[in-house]
Amino acid sequence: MEALEKFRQETRAWLEENCPPSMRTPMTSEDETVWGGRNAKYANPEAKLWLDRMAERGWTAPTWPAAYGGGGLTKEENQVLQQEMRRIKARPPLSSFGIWMLGPALLEFANEEQKKEHLPKIVRGEIRWCQGYSEPGAGSDLAGLQTKCEDKGDHYLVNGQKIWTSYADKADWIFCLVRTDPTKKHDGISFLLFDMATPGVEARPISMISGASPFCETFFTDVKVPKGNLVGELNKGWTIAKRLLQHEREMISGMGLGGAGSGAGLGGLEQAAKDYYGEQNGRVASPSLRDHITRQKMDGKAFALTMQRSAEEAKAGQGPGAASSIFKYYGTELNKRRFELLLEIMGTKGLGWEGEGFTGDEITVIRSWLRSKGNSIEGGTSEVQLNVVSKRVLGLPD
Amino acid sequence: MALVLTEEQQLLRDTATQFFQERLPIANLRKLRDTKDATGFDRAIWKEMSDLGFAGIMISEKYGGTDFGPVGLGLVLEQAGRTLAASPLVSTVLLCGSAVQLAGNATQRQDILSAIAAGDRIMALALEEGPHHNPTHIATRAEADGNAFKITGKKTFVLDGHVADQLIVAARTSGNENDRAGITLFLVDPKSEGVKITRTLMVDSRNAADISFDNVSVPATAVLGSVDGGIDVLEQVLDIARIGISAEMLGLVQEVFDTTLAYLKERKQFGKVIGSFQALQHRMATQFAEIELCRSVVLDALSALEARRNDVPLIASLAKARLSDTATVMTNEGLQMHGGMGMTDQFDVGLFMKRARVATASFGDGNFHRDRYASLEGY
Ligand SMILES: Cc1cc2nc3c(=O)[nH]c(=O)nc-3n(C[C@H](O)[C@H](O)[C@H](O)COP(=O)(O)OP(=O)(O)OC[C@H]3O[C@@H](n4cnc5c(N)ncnc54)[C@H](O)[C@@H]3O)c2cc1C
Ligand SMILES: Cc1cc2nc3c(=O)[nH]c(=O)nc-3n(C[C@H](O)[C@H](O)[C@H](O)COP(=O)(O)OP(=O)(O)OC[C@H]3O[C@@H](n4cnc5c(N)ncnc54)[C@H](O)[C@@H]3O)c2cc1C
Repeated sequence: MEALEKFRQETRAWLEENCPPSMRTPMTSEDETVWGGRNAKYANPEAKLWLDRMAERGWTAPTWPAAYGGGGLTKEENQVLQQEMRRIKARPPLSSFGIWMLGPALLEFANEEQKKEHLPKIVRGEIRWCQGYSEPGAGSDLAGLQTKCEDKGDHYLVNGQKIWTSYADKADWIFCLVRTDPTKKHDGISFLLFDMATPGVEARPISMISGASPFCETFFTDVKVPKGNLVGELNKGWTIAKRLLQHEREMISGMGLGGAGSGAGLGGLEQAAKDYYGEQNGRVASPSLRDHITRQKMDGKAFALTMQRSAEEAKAGQGPGAASSIFKYYGTELNKRRFELLLEIMGTKGLGWEGEGFTGDEITVIRSWLRSKGNSIEGGTSEVQLNVVSKRVLGLPD
Repeated sequence: MALVLTEEQQLLRDTATQFFQERLPIANLRKLRDTKDATGFDRAIWKEMSDLGFAGIMISEKYGGTDFGPVGLGLVLEQAGRTLAASPLVSTVLLCGSAVQLAGNATQRQDILSAIAAGDRIMALALEEGPHHNPTHIATRAEADGNAFKITGKKTFVLDGHVADQLIVAARTSGNENDRAGITLFLVDPKSEGVKITRTLMVDSRNAADISFDNVSVPATAVLGSVDGGIDVLEQVLDIARIGISAEMLGLVQEVFDTTLAYLKERKQFGKVIGSFQALQHRMATQFAEIELCRSVVLDALSALEARRNDVPLIASLAKARLSDTATVMTNEGLQMHGGMGMTDQFDVGLFMKRARVATASFGDGNFHRDRYASLEGY
């Protein structure tokens, strides 16, 4: 307890000293997100400074072992760090598929050489990763993937196509699921890492309904991959793939609690309703809207308490309870509902696309409303999550 | 924050589970209903519950209670909800026991709390006057008359009102019908002259009564708490009751969910168990999620009471709204998924649906509590 308090004091002092002023303000648009990578551009030099200072301490990946560049913090210390960062409204120094998804999987499944090679670069934001899972013929039924990987003696040869690959056009490396045995389904998949600059790799951006083009069609034509880039055993990639999905789902679930682009710039649902709709005797003027806001807030609070309960149960050694199976489903549906409600609150101010007549916050909400629709699709759709709950948790048969 | 149970609490829950399954199974409620039992619960079993310490669970050891606290009481209520156990837990322990604990003077506490803990006294709170929960809408008057008060008015939906040994009556000593100030709580002997009690048979086969007061004279010593200051006590008491009933409803929805799930694994149509149909699977998975959220909310509300957190009113409204709404949906889903069987009196799901409706209406439904939540949050 005392040691933790000391850690808090030191952390607070260090953050005060090292978090640049502009990194303590809310992001005004998604473009300000720092993803790192070989081709990273920093419109704001303080963003780069903040990343480097945090990476130096390993605090971009606080709980990873220091041996791989991580912060080596315990869960409790990390909690303190997150609390202290929230206290000064510090932005995340780095957003990264490497940190959220790949790193934890490498820590569990990769060999020493692979960990030493890739983890420190993730921590420092030097290499940006993308996720090559989905294919045109393999979405929800991911294990149906067909991207072919052949053993050519001294290297692997990859041919095929991925789709919906987020930021494939900006990423430096890809973690990719490939088929190494066409006679088996789950037991014929391998987990491969390769450089997106390898000849034969091509990423074509696809425009999304929100106007951004974050995801791509990704083509592989005779891509040569060194054999040392296989993680785990040949044909045993499905286990790694599933574990990685768990990390991804946890990350996406958090959206239900509100984050960047959540409409925070408008001061929360009730303030927005008072501003856009008006108030009567201190109440939101529309009783029906007021009721909808309350339903949303209550569900949000109940969801946050459930995430908290699950964390407490895990800490008390009761394992990840059954409750955690609902997080991806509930969190993303909740997030979508919140944006629908925000749009109702904003009226025609919630219908702008760009340019004059709308504030930056308003445009952010509108774009985020559209982007939020993907939350219940990416990382496994809501329906697939409900299937998982039905089968694994409730024990209902096929 | 304690969303995980301690060992002691887990033990209490196991004791309660066993007790309700063995001593107060659903068959007990059916028997009371079918025999048109005059009391509406089993007094001998209530005595057993007291011996186990359930009646005195919120009462300090000084008065013979077990002082297990709100989380303990919640665990007992949850188990009671699973078997639809009819008992005076809500009327006597949640409502009246809490009121005396909070507002009673030394004599009142000594007399009443020890009698409650021993299982020797049934009490009822006479509060509501209309078809909707509205704790400040009180037209019943208590006029000062020398050293006494004279109470006149009509109360409805008084839980266990027809069997209570003692009543707590909320009456107006000043102000107008909807004022917060001016409400006073009185301890009233139901046998007093001018008290007329009519048992109302409710859909859940539990007890309630309409009670009218015609110039009922009570001494000044019958005032519980301060004259005109009753609302502060009432609100705390009601929040305890709302959270307690939410805990009961948690048991209720969990039981309906569990029995429905078991039915889906056993009933065959089209050559397979109906639980293999995705149309039903997804609805069950959705209810599973809702109930997990309910559990977190109820646990947080109970620990808020225990820790005397200042957000008790907010979390009480959250709990009561969520549990009321979920109970409505889950009992409907449960019935539907039982097909024709669900419509029969022989299957229990209908009994759960009936109890859910009454529990929902008790001390504010979802509409009441969402409105209150918004007001508490300042919008
Ligand atoms: C914004 C966004 C970013 C993404 N980023 C990436 C990325 O970086 N890398 C990557 O590999 N992939 C990415 N994806 C792809 C994502 O994982 C897939 O879209 C997802 O798995 C669904 O697959 P699909 O699009 O082929 O839909 P389909 O599988 O064709 O599903 C269509 C509909 O059918 C339903 N359905 C399918 N099977 C069942 C079933 N068994 N029972 C009930 N309903 C069913 C689905 O729920 C859905 O509603 C991204 C997707 C989005 C939207
Ligand atoms: C008030 C009442 C009056 C009635 N009167 C008559 C009458 O006069 N004459 C008569 O012959 N019958 C009568 N019935 C019977 C009625 O037709 C059946 O109850 C009904 O067909 C459902 O069958 P079941 O009860 O066996 O339910 P089940 O078929 O066992 O269904 C149980 C649950 O499983 C669901 N389910 C079943 N199959 C599927 C599937 N493939 N996909 C998804 N979900 C599925 C159902 O929707 C239901 O929710 C009456 C029923 C009621 C309630």
